[in-house]
Formats: sequence, C-alpha cells, structure tokens
Amino acid sequence: MTGYILKRLISAIPVLFGITVIVFLIMAMIPGDPATAILGSYATPENVEKLNRDLGLDQPLVARYFIWLGNMLQGDFGRSFALNRPVLDEVLDRFSATLILAGTSFVLCAVFGIAAGVVSAARQYGFADKAITFAVLLGISIPSFFLGMMMILIFAVNLKWLPVSGMYAIYGGGDLPDLFWHLLMPALALAVVATGVVARLSRSAMLEVLRQDFIRTARAKGVNERRVVWRHALKAAMVSIIPVLGIQAGFVLSGAVYIEMVFQWPGVGRMLVDAILKRDILLVQGGVVFVAACYVLFNIAVDVAQSLLDPRIKT
Amino acid sequence: MSAALKLENLSKAFPVGKRLFGAPKGIVHAVQPVDLVVEEGETLGIVGESGCGKSTLARMLVGLLPASTGSIEIGGKPLNNADPAEFGKRIQYVFQDPISSLNPRKTIRQVMEAPLKRLHGMGKADRDRRIAEIFDSVNLRQEFLERYPHEFSGGQAQRIGIARALAAEAKILILDEPVSALDVSVQAQVLNLLADLKAKLGLTYLFISHDLAVVEAVSDRVAVLYFGSVVEVGRAEDIFRAPKHPYTRLLANSAPVVGRPLTAPEGRETELPDPLNPPPGCPFKPRCPRATDECAAARPGLLPDEGHRVACIHPLGAGD
Amino acid sequence: MKKFFQLLIRNRLAAAGGVALSIVVLLALLTPILPLQEPNVTNTANRFVKPFSEGHLLGTDHLGRDMLSRLLWGTRLSLAVGFAAAIFAAFFGAAIGIVAGYFGGRTDNIIMRGVDMLMAFPYILLALAIVAALGPGLVNALIAVAAVNVPFFARNIRGVTVGIAHKEFVDAARLAGLSNTRIILTEILPNVIPVIVIAMSTTIGWMILETAGLSFLGLGSQPPQADLGSMLGEARSALITNPHTSVVPGVMILIIVMGINLLGDGVRDALDPRLRSGALTRPMAATVVERESQPPAAHAEGVLTMTDLETQFHVGERVYKAVNKVSLNVAPGECLGVIGESGSGKSVTALSVMGLVASPPGVIVGGSVRYKDAELIGMKYGRLRELRGDRVAYIFQDPLATLHPLYKVGDQLVEAIQVHHKVGRAEAWKRAVDLLKQVRIPNAESRAESYPHEMSGGMRQRVGIAMSLANDPDVIIADEPTTALDVTVQAQILSLLNDLRRERGLAIIFITHDFGVVAQLCDRVAVMYAGRIVEEGPTQAVLDAPAHPYTKRLIACVPELGEGRRRLEAIPGLPPAVDRLDPGCAFAPRCLKKEAACVTREIELARVGGRAVRCLYPETDLKEAAE
Repeated sequence: MTGYILKRLISAIPVLFGITVIVFLIMAMIPGDPATAILGSYATPENVEKLNRDLGLDQPLVARYFIWLGNMLQGDFGRSFALNRPVLDEVLDRFSATLILAGTSFVLCAVFGIAAGVVSAARQYGFADKAITFAVLLGISIPSFFLGMMMILIFAVNLKWLPVSGMYAIYGGGDLPDLFWHLLMPALALAVVATGVVARLSRSAMLEVLRQDFIRTARAKGVNERRVVWRHALKAAMVSIIPVLGIQAGFVLSGAVYIEMVFQWPGVGRMLVDAILKRDILLVQGGVVFVAACYVLFNIAVDVAQSLLDPRIKT
Repeated sequence: MSAALKLENLSKAFPVGKRLFGAPKGIVHAVQPVDLVVEEGETLGIVGESGCGKSTLARMLVGLLPASTGSIEIGGKPLNNADPAEFGKRIQYVFQDPISSLNPRKTIRQVMEAPLKRLHGMGKADRDRRIAEIFDSVNLRQEFLERYPHEFSGGQAQRIGIARALAAEAKILILDEPVSALDVSVQAQVLNLLADLKAKLGLTYLFISHDLAVVEAVSDRVAVLYFGSVVEVGRAEDIFRAPKHPYTRLLANSAPVVGRPLTAPEGRETELPDPLNPPPGCPFKPRCPRATDECAAARPGLLPDEGHRVACIHPLGAGD
Repeated sequence: MKKFFQLLIRNRLAAAGGVALSIVVLLALLTPILPLQEPNVTNTANRFVKPFSEGHLLGTDHLGRDMLSRLLWGTRLSLAVGFAAAIFAAFFGAAIGIVAGYFGGRTDNIIMRGVDMLMAFPYILLALAIVAALGPGLVNALIAVAAVNVPFFARNIRGVTVGIAHKEFVDAARLAGLSNTRIILTEILPNVIPVIVIAMSTTIGWMILETAGLSFLGLGSQPPQADLGSMLGEARSALITNPHTSVVPGVMILIIVMGINLLGDGVRDALDPRLRSGALTRPMAATVVERESQPPAAHAEGVLTMTDLETQFHVGERVYKAVNKVSLNVAPGECLGVIGESGSGKSVTALSVMGLVASPPGVIVGGSVRYKDAELIGMKYGRLRELRGDRVAYIFQDPLATLHPLYKVGDQLVEAIQVHHKVGRAEAWKRAVDLLKQVRIPNAESRAESYPHEMSGGMRQRVGIAMSLANDPDVIIADEPTTALDVTVQAQILSLLNDLRRERGLAIIFITHDFGVVAQLCDRVAVMYAGRIVEEGPTQAVLDAPAHPYTKRLIACVPELGEGRRRLEAIPGLPPAVDRLDPGCAFAPRCLKKEAACVTREIELARVGGRAVRCLYPETDLKEAAE
C-alpha cells in the first residue's frame, strides 16, 4: 500500500508541473503589461520599465516561467502588490477558512447524498424515492448563491436564528461554537447542489448493482434484505460512487467561491475574485496553483481509498 | 491443390502493464510461432479452450491485429492490408456474436451495401441485384433488408453476418465460433448452410470453435491449440478417434457423450499455467500423465512434416 | 398498470419542464417586440418600487429601472449564453473524445493526459484564470465556462467511443473496406450522438448556472447590460431592505434550470434503451406472487415438488408466459435434469422455486412449490429467507458474475454459514476452509483469502458449489453451472457434483442445454419447450426412445463426438415467442408430424408409468415401451 501511495505521488509530479504551465500560459495571455496595470496609466515610462525589470518581465517567456517555478519551489510565490504581503501567507490564511467551509460541505454531501441515493434505490418508485428525487431535482436546479441569499433573508434577517455573514462574530467571538453558528448556513447552502448530484449518482449506481448476479447469489444464500442493500450492494456501488466524490470535491471547492461572496466568508475564493478585479496577477497565479495542487493531492487520497475498496485495482 | 492460406512462423505477443515510456512489465505470448497451410477448398478446424489463442490467431489472419513475427500468404500473395478495398476481397470474417457484429443504427440493407460499394464499387442497381442474390443463397427474406439488427434472432443475425461476408466475394472465410452463441436447433441450420455455401461457391474455411463435436462434423482437418501452440494437426476423423497428443485425448475424453459414464479424465484438479510466467518446455507438462523430465527441456515442435502431426516427445500410440 | 402510471408521471414531469421552458424561451425570443420599458434607463427618483405597482409589474431596482423589462432581457442573455456554451463544449469535447477513443494507443494517451490535467483543477479556478486573463465580460465568461466543460465531455464521450470501437461491427466495417474517417462518421457517430444529447441535456442547466455565477461575481456581463446573474449580484447589497430585486432574477434562474433538468431527464429516459426496457428497475427481495386460486395439491411425492407452476413476465401490456404449468419433483439422492433451449423457461422454473425471479417484471401467477410439507409460493419473506441457502441452495451459471467481486471467497462462505447458524467468525472460517477442501480446491487455507478475480473459472465454480453446500441443504438447484466453463474443467466439475450427491444424498435439479451432460449426470430428465414440459422420464429411456418429436429431433441435431464429418439434422424455424402463444402444441409449426388436432386445443401431459409426453402422435408409444 505504501508503494502504491508513493507511486501515485510520483505520478502526480507531471500533473502538478502541467498545472503550473497551464496557469502560467493563461496568465501570459493578459493583454498589456502588468506593470502599467499595477502602477496605473499615469506612471512614467521609466517607472514602468523599472517595475518590469523587478518583476522579471523583460525576460523571455520560458525564462520567466522557470524563474517563477523555481521561486515557488522555494516557497516564494511572489508578493501581492494590492495587499503588499507575500502571496503564500495570504493564500494560506485564506485557504484554511475555505477548507473549513468546503470540508464541512463535502462531508455533508457525501453522507447525505449516499444515504439518500441508497434509500431512493432501495425504495424505487416508492414515496421516499419520489420525495428524494424531487428534492434532488430542486437542489441541483437552484443557484447556490441565490439559495444562500434566501437563507440569509429567512434565517438571519427574519427569524434572527443565525448570524448574517462572516466567520466569527466581530466582538467577543472566535471560539468553536461561534464558528459553528457562522458555518451552518454557508456550509448547508454549499452542500445542497453536491448532495443532489451524489444522491442521483448513488441511486443509479445502486440500481445498476442491485440487478447484478451476485446480489441474487446473496439472496439465494438467505442474506436478509437490509444486509443485501447496505452491505453487498452499497459496497459494490461505492466503486462508482467514490470517483464521483472526488469530482464533487472539486465542485464544492468551486461553489465555495460564490458562497464566500454571499456570506462574506474570508476564504480563498473571495480573495481570487478580488485579485482578478484588481488585476493582482501574482496573487491569482499563486492562489490558483496552490488550490489546484491541494486538489490533486486530495484526488490521490481518493484513488487510494478506491484501491483499498477494490482489490481488482493493481496496487 | 494449392494453398489458399499459408502461415509461417506466425506469432503474437501482447505487452502487459503498458507504460507511456519504457518497457512493459511483462509479455504474454498469445500465439506461439505457428506454421499452418489451408488448402484451397478445405475446411480447417481449429479447436481449443478459452485462452488458447484461437481468436487472436483469427484476427491476425484478417489483418485486425498486426502479427508480432512471421508471415501470412493468401492465395500465394503475402497479406497486405494497406489497401482495405483489395484486402477485403480476398479474405473475410464471420463473427462470434451475431448481434454485436451488426451496427444497431443501420438497416440490414445499409450493412449489406457497404462491402459492395467500398470493395467492388457497384452502382445502385447492381447492388440491389447482388443483395437479392446473396439473400436467396442464405435463405433470408428480402423484407428483412429494411429492418434493424435488434429485430432479429441470433440465428437470423448470423445468416446476415454470413451474407455480408459473402458480399465481399472473398474465397476464404474465417469463421470465429460462428455457432457458439446459438441454440443447438439453430446451430445445425447455420452449419448446414455453411456446408452448402462452401460446396456451391468453392470456398475455403478456417473454422474456429471450442466445441469438438461441431469441429469434427464440419472439418476436413483439425488443428488443436493449447496455450498458444498447435499441439496436433490431423484429419478430422482421426484426431479425436485416435489422438496422438495427451491433451487432445484429454479434450476428447472430457466432452460429455451420451452413453459414456461420468468420469473425471484428469485425476488432479488442474489449471492452465500462468501466461505471464509459463513453465519451461511443453506447456502441458504440469497436467500430463506421460510427462518426463525431458518435457521441460524445450517446447516440442510438430512432427512429422506431413500428415498427422503432433508436438509431443511421448506421443500416444495405437495401444494407449 | 401501476408501472404504466409511474411512467406517465415521469413523462408528465418532463412535459411540465418542457412547457415551462418553452414559455420562458418564447418570452425571451419575443422580448424585443414586447411593449416593455427600456431596460437600461435609470430613474433614481423611482428606486426600489415594490412589485405589482402601477407601471412596474415587478417593481424597479436600485437605479429605478423596470424589473420586468430587465428580467426578460436578462433571461434572453442568460439563455443565449448558456446554450452557446453547451453547444461549444459539446462539439469540441465530443470531437476530442471520439478521436481519442477511436484511435486509442498513443493518441489517446496524450489527449487524455491533457484532459486529466485540465480536470485536475477545480473547474472554477480554470474559469477564473481564463476570465482573469481575458478580462471580465460576458463573452469571456462564456468562453471560460465552455472551456472548462470540454474535458468533461471529452472524457465521457471517449469512454463511450472506446466501448463502440471495440464492437465487432466496427471490425466488420473495416473488413468491408471502410476508411477510418468513414467508420467514425457512419459507424461510431450515430451510436455516440444519443450520448452527446444526453450529456448536453443534463449539463446545459448547469452551464446556465455557471455563467450566471460568473456574472454574479461581477466577472460576466458588465453594466448597464445585465444577465440574470449580474442582476442578482447587483441586488445583493439591497437584499435585506428590498428583497424583491433578488428574488425576481433568482426565481427565474430556478425556473429555467429546473425546466431544463426535468426535460433533460425525460430526454435521457427516452434515449437510454436500458431505461426504456425497464432494465434499471430494482429486483425485489422475492418474486411477486399474484396467485388467484388456491395452490393445487402436490402432484407427486418428493423432497421438492412443483405443481402447475406458472411464472410470467409482465412488460408493459405484454405477458410472457415463461413458465406455463410446470410440474416436476425430485427425491432425495436423485438428480433431475431439466433441458431446453434458451427461452424455454428452464432457468425461470429453477429461480421460481425460491422466489429469485427478478420482480419486476417477473410474477408467479399460479401453482405450488412444496419443500417437504411447506408451501414456498406465497410464503412469508422471512420464512422463505430462512430456507434459502439453508435447505434449498443454488449454484449459478457464471461464477465470476455470481460471486461478490469485493469480498474474499472465504468471507463469502463465512457469510453463507453465519446467516443460518450462530457461530463465531473463527469457527465459521474453519468451516469455510473445510468446505473448500471438500470441493477439492488445492491449498484451501490460502485460497480462502483470495478474491474471485484471482481465481480461474473452474476454481470459482468450485467456490460456488462450496457455498451451496455450506448448510448441508436437502436440495441443490444448479442453473447451467458448467456452461461458462471449458470442456476439461466441465468434466472435473460434473464429476465433483456427482460424487457429492452420492456421498450426501442430495437432491439436485440440474438445468442445462446439453444432452451429453444430462446423460452422464441425471437419473431423470424433463424436456422444456416454450415454457412447458413436453417430455419427462428416466434419462436412459428418453434418450434411447424419445417420445416427443421435439426431443427426438433435438437429440438428432446435436453433433456427437466420434461420428466424423456429416450433415446435421437441423430443425427448421424458430421457437415461438412466449408472449404470443397459439393454442395447442407450441412445436407444431416446426413439426413434421403436425395434424390439425395439434393446434386446436391444449394437449395434456400424458403420464404412463415413469414417463410422460405432451404429444398426440408420439414417436414412441409409452404403453408399449413400459411393457
């Protein structure tokens, strides 16, 4: 197993390398030069040229890439000019907030999505199935940012049960219960879509598995129905559910951008949107590469989980 | 008689555990070097169990798989599938699964027209006439032409598959388990049809099957494949009645036959060798009751060069 | 009827989605000619007018612009952008996927590595990076959303293409002289298009959401132009004071996306042939029993006795009479062979015994199955479950499909034991290894730790047999247990089954299509045709002097080893479809001895001594044969 994890980690190196290339190339497409964008259109040509030299922008593209890559490998993601602080520090601060939000949502969507899918498949065409199917349809059709706004309106403004936005109360907050109450609405709003998708796929994966011959074998052995569904069928269905969870993690991370805007959550998504609007290129580059790298590592964990479940995968 | 099909030293090795760069982790020799000749107008049966390489062999013969070594001659000329239109006129293939060999979204007419158009460049009127002719010869009704494959039973679909192969007007047909997906009552219909067509059109067949009785019933000569090698070749009436290779005898004794009591011909519970790690020498040695240490030395070749040939250094005689 | 109703509801939902979507699309198309106020004319004196006010049906926004007008213009924009993105993504994704899937090898490898690389990003990062590079704007948002979706399409379509490219009809096309381009266009593409349409219908709603999302973030449409997303984004600051400015565009997005998703599901259901045939319905724990009459009395003695068993498949309006009044019995230590061609109902008969026929569509509509004194048909599920695998056990055909792929074979045996016996795991494991030894698996201790895919077909079937023996059953029902095996392995398995039966006094019902197997293993044989028993009797007697013309001709058309090259006695025609059975003998249309009487009325199974035949003009007079 250690060998397999090591193998997967090594195979991630070219992917990480490719990610930096893609991000770098996209950013190199930006028209005009960043120095003007940074200094504004009133800057003197001398200043622009100096800044370009400082940023290494007078070098050819390939050289610039390797300078950037080399610096990143040493932990230097550059400096955000808008915030005037190292990119990595800012990204790490913000990413921990995103991780709390997206992580909670991911766990919610996995648990409730799979459970709903299994119940739905086990009671196909029954009341539970129809109710779940309708709820799922509603869930995947509603924009998460709109849902978040409506939740604020209902639970924070009208009912006053939960705080409107932010991660901690401004005065006297900062402890775990405070975080929990602030987290509740954004995490739920973020989880809704992913839960719907997971439920849908779990349902069809379960239906697919329940028709298999080995399910009939289990029944022929006299295994009771609950065990047939929750052990035999779910275990086999997990083989196709786990990769979906891996993809959904990316969707949750993506959806977090909207939710962070709506709930003023101090996460990496909001940081990126602000950075784009301010043309803070190094911050965008660094943020995207960092989050993408974390996602790649997460997907390796997903692959490892899959190989633990399925002995047919060669480790 | 001249050779319709001649294989020399033909083999196929598949790399296993391919990587993007560098050597694969292992190599499976699906077909060991084979020399075989099929005479014009002959039916050569190829029999073997699953994993013996019989389908790989067949797919190489029609150019669907490139060979690793060796050469194939069709009608005296080396196989060349660079021009698919020329190639398809010389050799054709009938598939095991009749339904999946027909495109579900094409009518039977469209299926039938493809070889006529692409291989023979026929015009519309010629095509219609030719299709009608072929359909008559395989006992299919004209009205089937406008239907889609899912509307047919296995037996009918296999007739359509045979009709398509005939449309190419190739003289050699490779029949890859053509009846194993069919029920016995339909299987006999298709086998008889194949026999009639062969007599009428002077075809040459390479008939591949796992069913010994079927192969025996249709073939002039039979080649027995085990683990990628031809272990015995001989006349159909001799090969199962008086087998020379211990594996052929095991096959013949294993087939359930009415009136023969049930016995396990092999005392031990045996399995095929691991293809990634084959035993040295004769691959049948671990299962063979006659095996000696000599058998592990080298893979025996087919002897003698003519007639009833066997790849065994302890062949069965008349008394065994 | 119930299923029909359910299908109707499903279709009604799709129709409702379609209607809602059509109305929205129609309104969006008509927007330029509708008598609306200018969407971008500000009137700050009239800010935040509430909905349903004079002159402003949906009120006004923070700049006093008419919400209705802005909503319709915004809808128009959002729909256009969403559809454009979907078509763009589907086209490029499908093209890449088909090329990679069809050509395979290195082409595939390189393309898919690139696709994987793009999918290694959480998609919004890529979209944000693209927008960051191109600058905020609706067209750039469209490009970003489409571009991040290309890899999803490419991967999906590639998978489907690989499946199709390995089908035999593609090989056939190649041998018919078609070039690669032609094969892609005429053989692959027609089979891929439904998948593309399904993928589009299920992602188009999502693309509308995503473009709206980018606009919501201020990265899409720029003021004063507004799509639904930017309307929501602008309204956010006034969410608490004037919620209507948020609710109006939000609800519109919900309606559009919901409509698309409903319709998309309908499209998917209609295009996916598996869904259409109902194959994706979940089989229930036990076959449905809808028996109107009282169960008949057992027709014979035996440890297991079926009397007038009737099992049907109800598919839509059609009724397939798979098992039509079948009576069979088996005594301890006896092996009964049931022989027939595919579709004869032999397997359904076997599965009906313990209620293992998939329901829906299977329904047991009549007859009785008695295990000793217990009636199995209509028995309470809990009691039936206790008998399953304990007193009556099964061996199935394909041991790779019938064993659970993710459990060790030892664990699967342990489960079979623990379901019926309260024993600890260690004890059960010991018994499991013991069972593997009894079916002569070499190195049983280590083999118990193997997974099914690590074993050969013959070894897996031994595991299947071991599992059936786990609780020392009285009856074993073997449903073509050797059909998937090679002939040398089949011989091993048959002799093993024969030994076990003699050692343990098992009653075996052996389902097969092979007379050779029946002759070697079975004491008695029943021949089935079109759901009925046409002949029954001691194996030797039936084989020596078959009474039913079908039996006789079926035996004649099977080639037997050792008879040399010959012409076979084929039976012309096909077995009938069991949903359209004519009265009388089902074999009559193929029979050389057919008379008018054969097809006028039902023909009884005439029993004489140990033999029985369902024929008016039998080949062998059973009375004479008995004497």
